[in-house]
Amino acid sequence: MLETAPKVVVSESRLARERSIEKVFRAATFVAAILVLLLLGGVTVTLVRGGWPALAHFKFAFISTEIWNPVTEKFGALAPIYGTLVTSVIAMAIAVPVSFGVAVFLTELAPKWLRRPVGVAIELLAGVPSIIYGIWGLFVLAPILQRHVQPWLIDHLGGTPVIGSLFQGPPFGIGILTAGLVLAIMVLPFVASVMRDVFETVPDVLKESAYGLGATRWEVIWKVVVPYTRAGTIGGIMLGLGRALGETMAVTFVIGNAHRVSASLLAPGTTISASIANEFTEAVGDLYTSSLVALGVLLFLITFVVIAIARLMLMRLNRKALSSV
Amino acid sequence: MNRLRVRKLTSSLALGFAGVATLIGLLCLGAILWTLIKNGIAGISIATFTEMTPPPGSAGGLLNAIYGSLLMTGIGLAIGAPVGILAGTYLAEYGRGNTLSTIVRFVNDVLLSAPSIIVGLFVYELLVVRMGHFSATAGAMALAVIAIPVTVRTTEDMLNLIPQGMKDASTALGVNHWRTVLGVVYPAARSGIITGLLLAIARISGETAPLLFTALNNQFWSTNLDAPMANLPVVIFQFALSPYADWQRLAWSGALMITVAILILSIVARSIAAAVKGGRK
Repeated sequence: MLETAPKVVVSESRLARERSIEKVFRAATFVAAILVLLLLGGVTVTLVRGGWPALAHFKFAFISTEIWNPVTEKFGALAPIYGTLVTSVIAMAIAVPVSFGVAVFLTELAPKWLRRPVGVAIELLAGVPSIIYGIWGLFVLAPILQRHVQPWLIDHLGGTPVIGSLFQGPPFGIGILTAGLVLAIMVLPFVASVMRDVFETVPDVLKESAYGLGATRWEVIWKVVVPYTRAGTIGGIMLGLGRALGETMAVTFVIGNAHRVSASLLAPGTTISASIANEFTEAVGDLYTSSLVALGVLLFLITFVVIAIARLMLMRLNRKALSSV
Repeated sequence: MNRLRVRKLTSSLALGFAGVATLIGLLCLGAILWTLIKNGIAGISIATFTEMTPPPGSAGGLLNAIYGSLLMTGIGLAIGAPVGILAGTYLAEYGRGNTLSTIVRFVNDVLLSAPSIIVGLFVYELLVVRMGHFSATAGAMALAVIAIPVTVRTTEDMLNLIPQGMKDASTALGVNHWRTVLGVVYPAARSGIITGLLLAIARISGETAPLLFTALNNQFWSTNLDAPMANLPVVIFQFALSPYADWQRLAWSGALMITVAILILSIVARSIAAAVKGGRK
């Protein structure tokens, strides 16, 4: 006698339950994705609402005046804006060429056995929290600059016309220049590893063709690799700039927190993030707190533009090529 | 001939610069690690792990700060990770290719790079102002907000590595999409998702700026989520900037602890990720 195959019966109710779980799960992932959008929206709305009293009170003067006086409740953000921009410019001026060198070394120059360890070391350092860079800047870099570098700068460059004013005043150790240097060291591993990822996307065929035509190594890098990766490289630099502009801890330790726009790079100054970090918990009065939140709005606006441009440029690349961002 | 020599010389000079740049970069970073190890180890003793943060001028440890950091990182991850994994699942599975997922992906990438102090201000306005005081809950929420974009990104990347054929096979058996995701996709991407979580922990455990005005700090032992809570980054910040030698020593020890923990996390995450990639070839 033949055994009949067991009949698999899936009840209607079971199928209905499966379908409703499907709906719930799908909805849950959808809600989570929407939550990401709401997060950005929430940050924008909350900050603007918090900073609105100050922005409405001072109007345009908030970004055009330098006075920051909690006693008379006059707040102008010119000094922090200036400090944020100048420290970031110093940082990028140093970090971009060095990062470019590191990326070239890692992709074109280093022997195979050296690429991985150095590459991994750079990537790991990109993950070291910024407070570490800040504490090192305060205890190690600032004293060295104060004792050895800044006196030299003042003696040799302080007297020259045009740029001389950048290097005048007493050597404090801390200040705009020091903050810029610490920022440079902090963004260096980050920018270098993005650039390396981008350079690695260049097809070997392109490079080999150039070598075949008799190009030197440098010509291959400058005339093949760099043009081919232009969008990605600029995107990586902009991401680094976004980091430098918004960085808090690495800067707060060494900037000196002085609400002043000084011609000299050696003078103490402040940045937007450093002002918020230093003063927020001690701010008394609604207008003071609101002014600090308004600073946050400005920072968010600046970094949003920079990061959005960076991401748009990096979008053209294959996402998988960018492991480090 | 002369032109060729100029070209070759330019090439050597430029490449020499690249080598020197790498050397300078590595030296700077090496110097930071070396100072950290030298100053950090000098201050570490049993008391560092068993005693509370001291008042100025007396000995003590970092126990309450270590506890606070672990707790807030844990809660931050417990809130941020599920949201991040679900949103990543939407991007990789349900919303693949549609306009919404393109927008969400872009916004997520922006959040990933947004300054963390902004997140601190956001949570301050959202929670601290409403509750009327600083609290560990607010600190954990701030960390969760930072963990979400990291998890979304890694989850999506890892789910995209799963071969379509595996999912098709599951669908061909008449399995619902959700069962395919839970029973086939997640298990296949498990180590990848774990890597993402480890990276998220590494990212949030060193964050200082978002905790400054959410969790604040607490000199004493506290397990109350509704009150300010000590945490390593803020303790490092306050102690390093203080004029007291004892405090500065503890700051260095705390800094070393955080860095070592983060380096270990990243190395473990990296080796899991390497194993995943190796297995897929």
